[in-house]
Amino acid sequence: MSENNSGTVSLRAVCKNFRRGSEEIQVLHTLDFEVQAGEFVALMGPSGSGKSTLLNLIGGLDRPSSGTVEVSGEPIDRLSDSRLAGWRARHIGFVFQFYNLMPTLSADRNIDLPLLLTPLSKAQRREHVSTALSVVGMEHRAKHYPRQLSGGEQQRIGIARAIVTDPSLLLCDEPTGDLDRKSGDDILELLSALNREQGKTIIMVTHDPHAAAKASRVIYLNKGQLSTEPEE
Amino acid sequence: MKLLSQVFAISVVSLRTIPQRMGSSAAAAFGISGVVAVMVGVLSIGEGFRQTMTTSGSDDSVLVMRSGADSEMTSGLSLDETRVIADSPMIISLAEQKAVSAELFVIVNLPKRGTGTDANVPLRGVQDGSVSVRPGFELVSGRLFEPGRNEVIVGAGAAREFSSLNLGDSFSIGQNDWEVVGIFTSGGGVAESEIWTDASILQSAYRRGSGFQSVRLRLSDGEEATFQAFKDSLTSDPRLNVKVIRQSEYYSEQSALVTNLITVLGGLIAFLMGLGATFGALNTMYSSVSNRTLEIATLRALGFGAAPVVVSVLVESLVLSLVGGAIGGGFAYFAFDGFQTATMNWQSFSQVTFAFNVTLGLLVQGVVYATLIGLVGGCFPAWRAARLPISVALRAA
Ligand SMILES: Nc1ncnc2c1ncn2[C@@H]1O[C@H](COP(=O)(O)OP(=O)(O)O)[C@@H](O)[C@H]1O
Ligand SMILES: [Mg+2]
Repeated sequence: MSENNSGTVSLRAVCKNFRRGSEEIQVLHTLDFEVQAGEFVALMGPSGSGKSTLLNLIGGLDRPSSGTVEVSGEPIDRLSDSRLAGWRARHIGFVFQFYNLMPTLSADRNIDLPLLLTPLSKAQRREHVSTALSVVGMEHRAKHYPRQLSGGEQQRIGIARAIVTDPSLLLCDEPTGDLDRKSGDDILELLSALNREQGKTIIMVTHDPHAAAKASRVIYLNKGQLSTEPEE
Repeated sequence: MKLLSQVFAISVVSLRTIPQRMGSSAAAAFGISGVVAVMVGVLSIGEGFRQTMTTSGSDDSVLVMRSGADSEMTSGLSLDETRVIADSPMIISLAEQKAVSAELFVIVNLPKRGTGTDANVPLRGVQDGSVSVRPGFELVSGRLFEPGRNEVIVGAGAAREFSSLNLGDSFSIGQNDWEVVGIFTSGGGVAESEIWTDASILQSAYRRGSGFQSVRLRLSDGEEATFQAFKDSLTSDPRLNVKVIRQSEYYSEQSALVTNLITVLGGLIAFLMGLGATFGALNTMYSSVSNRTLEIATLRALGFGAAPVVVSVLVESLVLSLVGGAIGGGFAYFAFDGFQTATMNWQSFSQVTFAFNVTLGLLVQGVVYATLIGLVGGCFPAWRAARLPISVALRAA
C-alpha cells in the first residue's frame, strides 16, 4: 500500500464481445467504471449479465475487446501475458465461488502457493501463511485437506490464499454463493473486516441483496451497462 | 522469476493427483513398460548372439581359408598348403607346441533335447594346436580325445542343446560310432556349439582324403602391423592361394546378418509398439489435463506462468514413462538375461547356442525410448493446457 492509487480501478469505454459460432455477442457495451481505494463494492445483476466477465477484465484474466483497464494506475490491457501473470500475483487476490483449492494440498500449502511467486524465503513464507491463517481464524485447520473442511472453512482458506501476498485489491466472484446463511454471513463479516481494518479494496459479485448490503456501494450490471439502480 | 520452484509446486500438485487417475496412469505406464520389455528383450537376442560370435576370436588369432571363400563351408586347402602355412615362423608356440591347427568340418544331424527333432551341428576335425588357437578354451569335464580313435569332445552349448551328447554317451552317424569323452567351454564363443574330434579320423570317416578347409593359428600379438606382415607373407607366397582374416573379424562378419536382422526387427517392433504407447500416454495426459483444467486455471489466475504449467504436464508424463520404462527394463532383465537359446548360423547352417544378453546399454536405450514416448505423449496435452484461456477454463467448474 505504498502508492496512494493502489487498489483503484478505472475502466474507460470497455467493450467485451464473445464469438459464439458465427455470431458475435456483446456482453459489455462501452462501459465506464471507477472504484476508489478502500471501497467495498457489491456488483449485482441477472445471471449471464457479464458480472464475471467484468471481474475477469479487472483481474487481468481476460482482455477487453476495446477500451482501457487501469488498476492501481497501471494500464493492464497493455501488458504481455507473462507480465500480466506476474502482475496478478503481486496485486490481485481472487476469491472463487467454489473456493478452487488444490484438493491434494493441505490448507497451509494451498495458502503458500501464491508465495512461491515471490522472492520470500521459506521462513518468511511460513510466517505469512500463519498470519493469513490467523486473520481468517483457521490456525487449527492448517494441516487439514480441503475435503476435511466445511464449505465455510474452505472459503476462509480461499480468502487466506487471496490475502497472503497482501494485495490491495480483492476480487470475489459470488464468495457466499455456495454457502448457507450462517457461513455466508461469517465470510461477509471477514471481508468487511479486511476492508475496514486493512483497507483492502473489494469488488464482490453477488446475487444476494443481504450480502450486497454489507458493501459500501452497490452497482448493477444490466444489458452491458452499469447503473446504481436495479432494472426491472 | 523463481521458475524452478513454480515448476516444482505445480508438478507436486499434479503428481499428487495421479492416485485419483490411477487407472489411466497405470495403463499408460504399463503400455510403456511392455514396449520397453519387448524392445530390450528382442535386442538382447541380437546382443547375445553378437557377444557369442565376437568372443570367439581374439585379435591375435587368425583364420586362413582358400582365397575367394567367404566361409569355412566353401573353403578347401590341401595338406601341402596347410604345411606351408604351419611352417610360418611368425606363429607362436605355447607349451612347446606350435599354436596352429588345420581343420575341417562336416555338418551332422542329431536329435535335440526337449523336442527330439533333428538339428544341424558342426562336427569339426582339429589338430593338437586347436586348443591354443581358441582363446578361453577350457575342458570342464572328462579328457581330450585320443588321436586315431572315434572319440569326441563336445562344446557345453551343444551338450545342452542336443540329447546323447553327455559325457560318456555314444552316438552314431552313418557307419561311424562316436564316444563323448569330454565337455569343453571356450569363453562363450561359437566353438561351444561344436563337436570336436581328431582331424585325421574325420578325414577318413568322411572320405576327405588329406584335405582340410581352414587353418587357425596364433600370432605373437594382436598388433595390426604383425597381422599385416603375416598376411603379406602368405598372400605373396607363390605356393599358396589363400585368404587371411582375423578370427574376430570372421565371426563378426558371420554374425552380422543375424544381428542386423534382429536389430532391424526389434527396432521395427519397438517402433510400432512405441506408436501405440505414445497414443496411450497422449490419451492419459489429455485426460489428466482436462481433469485438472480448473486447478491449472486457478494456478494461472494466482499468477503462475504458462511455462511451468507446460513443464509440469511434461514432468507428469515423464514420471509415468520412466516408471513404465524401469518396470519394463527390470522385467526384461530378470526374465531374459542369461536365457539360453540356440539359433541357426546362416553361414554354416548349424545351431549356435547363446544367451540373451540384457546389457546396461540396452537398458539405457530402453529408458531413453520410454522418455521419448513420454515427451511426445506429453507435449501436445501440455500445449493445450497452456493455451486454454484462463477465463474460459475457470467457467468449466
Ligand atoms: N469465453 C466465453 N465465450 C463465449 N461466451 C462467453 C464466454 N464467457 C462468457 N460468455 C457469455 O457472456 C455472458 C456473460 O457471462 P458471465 O460474465 O459469466 O455472466 P455472469 O457472471 O453475470 O453470470 C454469458 O452469456 C456467457 O455465456
Ligand atoms: Mg458469474
